[in-house]
Amino acid sequence: MIRQDFNRIEAKRRHVVDHRKKQFATPTYSDTQYPHRLNFYSTPPTGDIKLEEFEQWAIDRLRVLAELEACSFRNKTPAETAAHMKPLLDKYLPLEANTSASSHLAAQRKKDHYSHFILRLAFSSTKELRQRFARVETMLFRLRFTADDERAAFVSGLDLDWEPVTDEEKQEFAEELTATITVPGSKKQQTIEEASFCKVDWMRVPDLVEGRKVFLRHGMAFVPFKEQQSLVVTEFTAQLERALELTARALPRLDEDDRLTPILNHLSKNFVTPDAGYSGNGAAIEGAEITARNIDNLSQHFPMCMTHLHRTLRRDAHLKHYGRLQYSLFLKGIGLSLDECLTFWRQGFSKITDDTFNKEYRYNIRHVYGDVGGDSNRRSGGYSPYSCQKILTEHAPGPGEAHGCPYRHFNMENLAALLQATGVSDRAVLQGVKEDKEKQKFHLACNRVFEYVHRNEIKRAKDEGVMSANQLETIVHPNEYFKRSYLLKNLNGSSGASSGSGSGSYPPAAPVVGAATTPSQEEEDAAAAGDAGTDADVGGGDVKMEEGS
Amino acid sequence: MPHSVTPKTEDMDTPMATHSQPTNPPAGDEDVTMTDAAPELPVAGQQKPESGTQQSAMKLDDLFDVDDDEFPSSNAPATIEQVDYASMSASDPALLRVFYQRLFPWRIFFQWLNHSPQPSKDFEHRELAFTLSNDAMLRYMSYRTADLLRKDVLRLVPTRIEIGPVYTTNPRERKMNLSGFRPQSKELCFDIDLTDYDDIRTCCDKANICHKCWRFMTMAIKVITAVLRDDFGFKHIMWVYSGRRGVHAWISDKAARVLDDRKRGVIAGYLQVVVGGAQGGKRVNLRRPLHPHIVRSINILKSHFQDDILEDQDPWRESDRAEKLLQSLPDLNLRDALRRKWDASPGRPSALKWQDIDAVARTVASKNKRFDTRALLEAKQDIVLEYTYPRLDINVSKKLNHLLKSPFVIHPGTGRVCVPINMRHIETFDPLGVPTIQNLIREIDEYKGPAVKNDRPIHDWEKTSLKPYIDYFRTHVTIMIKDEPDYKIKREKISQEGGSLW
Repeated sequence: MIRQDFNRIEAKRRHVVDHRKKQFATPTYSDTQYPHRLNFYSTPPTGDIKLEEFEQWAIDRLRVLAELEACSFRNKTPAETAAHMKPLLDKYLPLEANTSASSHLAAQRKKDHYSHFILRLAFSSTKELRQRFARVETMLFRLRFTADDERAAFVSGLDLDWEPVTDEEKQEFAEELTATITVPGSKKQQTIEEASFCKVDWMRVPDLVEGRKVFLRHGMAFVPFKEQQSLVVTEFTAQLERALELTARALPRLDEDDRLTPILNHLSKNFVTPDAGYSGNGAAIEGAEITARNIDNLSQHFPMCMTHLHRTLRRDAHLKHYGRLQYSLFLKGIGLSLDECLTFWRQGFSKITDDTFNKEYRYNIRHVYGDVGGDSNRRSGGYSPYSCQKILTEHAPGPGEAHGCPYRHFNMENLAALLQATGVSDRAVLQGVKEDKEKQKFHLACNRVFEYVHRNEIKRAKDEGVMSANQLETIVHPNEYFKRSYLLKNLNGSSGASSGSGSGSYPPAAPVVGAATTPSQEEEDAAAAGDAGTDADVGGGDVKMEEGS
Repeated sequence: MPHSVTPKTEDMDTPMATHSQPTNPPAGDEDVTMTDAAPELPVAGQQKPESGTQQSAMKLDDLFDVDDDEFPSSNAPATIEQVDYASMSASDPALLRVFYQRLFPWRIFFQWLNHSPQPSKDFEHRELAFTLSNDAMLRYMSYRTADLLRKDVLRLVPTRIEIGPVYTTNPRERKMNLSGFRPQSKELCFDIDLTDYDDIRTCCDKANICHKCWRFMTMAIKVITAVLRDDFGFKHIMWVYSGRRGVHAWISDKAARVLDDRKRGVIAGYLQVVVGGAQGGKRVNLRRPLHPHIVRSINILKSHFQDDILEDQDPWRESDRAEKLLQSLPDLNLRDALRRKWDASPGRPSALKWQDIDAVARTVASKNKRFDTRALLEAKQDIVLEYTYPRLDINVSKKLNHLLKSPFVIHPGTGRVCVPINMRHIETFDPLGVPTIQNLIREIDEYKGPAVKNDRPIHDWEKTSLKPYIDYFRTHVTIMIKDEPDYKIKREKISQEGGSLW
């Protein structure tokens, strides 16, 4: 038998294993120079900074990264993203070119460098965070790289082990190489003599190989100069991923005096849902800012069915299929764009990975908006928002589901609890709702609550004659509820009112039963039974579950 | 050392039986015959040697020819009873057992997966999966050596053996360390199936194949081999007939084995040209100028398109099928002109219709100055690709831990052995003429040639039509092992190094 002691470490490897010896070695670098605007972040910073700077710089960078990520959720093109990010970058993480001869060059680059490494510490703890951080940092790097006119100098300083393609090789593969640099439809074509190529192992440029954008020969990819961005970016990601892995391993041995850990924890928590906690008080006054981050604020104008969905989403960080459908359509109806809607759900579902979200939910939301799907779906712009009638009659909620109409599908106790939780605690109103519910006049109950909540505004509107009588008739569509509520609450600010009416791009309140049946309605989550206990408000035994007429 | 002679083999002293296995057969062999040969099986027992001199000669020979001693050689007929093999099912355990015992090239198989003659992690941590005759599937089987594997296969007699990846730990012990158990390396594989060509082949459909539609496989093998060799620089590519209607490629280069899922996907993406389903209309849409690999593929496929598609498949003879061709052409006037022409002569062969396109295009172009000849040329290129370019089952290639049927197992439906295809004779490979298990076993019995060659007894497989395939397999594996990065470096412990990635 040859194999005897499996545990013996091979002589050649011995020194590698004991990296503890290296850990506390004095760093040989002390003062970092920043010759280029871009940075591969291969050398950790060693200077001293203030604790406030530590936090502030990290938060600034995080803000940029979060916005960048939001751009990707919103399906923005690179050009749109660049335009969108420019002011933010200028504000939080400016990096000026060498030619600008700015006196802040060193400080800017130092901030960029240090903030990157602070976030590395904050985001190396779990695999998900690492992946996400590497992804957004790559996005940031790519964004800056494309915009940087001094990148050639940066790339040449990188020492990336690229083999230049010789003239003989160029001649030999002239035909093949020409095909990879020809731009279709362009008059001015680069000739093979002008173009420069470098030769790398194909595994270093997977994107280019997969898209058949480079010529391959015996495992070497001939990368044209204009595609070298892909190489640099791949290299950046690879190095960052390796470094994050190392950071994660070193993290338990962080020599720390309890000042940094809370900051780092705080940072990594915030990164999970960058915008979830944000709801400025004054946002609604500025007009109809219908964005993902503003939904929390706008939800004060939502009818009870949508309020319940929103509260459930915030509580569980998840909604089941019909809940998502009903809520997405409502949001679409109040003027939330597809991009914002995707952002909203992505951030709302904070417990799942991007991958899961993209695989399981993204398509459905886009389908609702008519962004994908069959021809008729796309032409008609997706489904119409559900009317009260549809919500009342179709798809009674089952265990763990939060859609439907609370006035109908809740039992009285749960309904009263929900109403009180949203600020409707007047005994007379609750009694009236109870009677309406018993008479199965759910509209009346909803309108009763509306009138109670907006009693002051309605009075004023009537007194001042701002709203005509037919604008105050019974509400039969959740989107009408929102629109009216929004307008009433913003009566005093005329600008708010006008922009508010402009936002009311919901379709007419006519029943849209036929249009809303979708072929892609997925089966309810298999976990339904498991969730049954968590949603006590719904599906009480005393609610009569009627099928839609 | 009592060689077990099963009850049914008592009258074996036929003339052929004189040159039989010497006294020291491999351990596994012996074990099996002693414990597993059930009485009713047509298993040939080993004979005692006739004379002392011969015995010593054999022994000596064995010492030198270690590689081959796994193949039991017996000149005895597989059975004394006249069994009609042809009537037996290909998945009959009795037949399969004889096949695994006497014909399956275990030692080469082991070296092929192990990449070295010495047992290493590459084999020990390799998942094998067996499908038993009751359709139960045993996954995560693993063995240290070829003999142990052979012994277990003879015990279980699986109808199908599949090969998985090399894992970080022994697959049998995966539950001891589930978090650390993950696939580490595997041959890069490709799977092409003729059913994916159903919308363009006219001769057969579903599981049926004939010589005409096998040409699709020939084209596919040529194109993919060119990509793998010239573009990616892989050398050790083996194509295996899957037994019925497809082929598998196994690429054993070290660089290919350690590719992760992403990079496998990249290669698959690089190769994929025909996309979408049969209902999706035009299935080839390429960016211009064409990538060098596509240009080369078209050059390879051009002649096949003329002979195998236009002549043999004749895909557009019927007018409804010709309509599909028309839909792929760019110019509306051209389409109308062609439609009129073809409606006038129903049943016009595809070769002529293909020529018509150019002829009619010239007339159309002469009337219309704005006629886009380039668009027509590109459309014609796309059509050639759609009808000839390989259609891969991409998922097999993408995933490191995908199981794929092993070479040399028996296809239960056809009884054919999944033989490797010699690239030199790719044009003449005949899937319908591949040896079947029933024939092979009859060939052993009917063998009348010499029993000794170059002073060693002839193996059972050498007596059969399986010989060229095993010879090819052995050559392939020998060249591959010599090219292993570790081969030349004398290492003390190959077993610890073989499976590690870097």
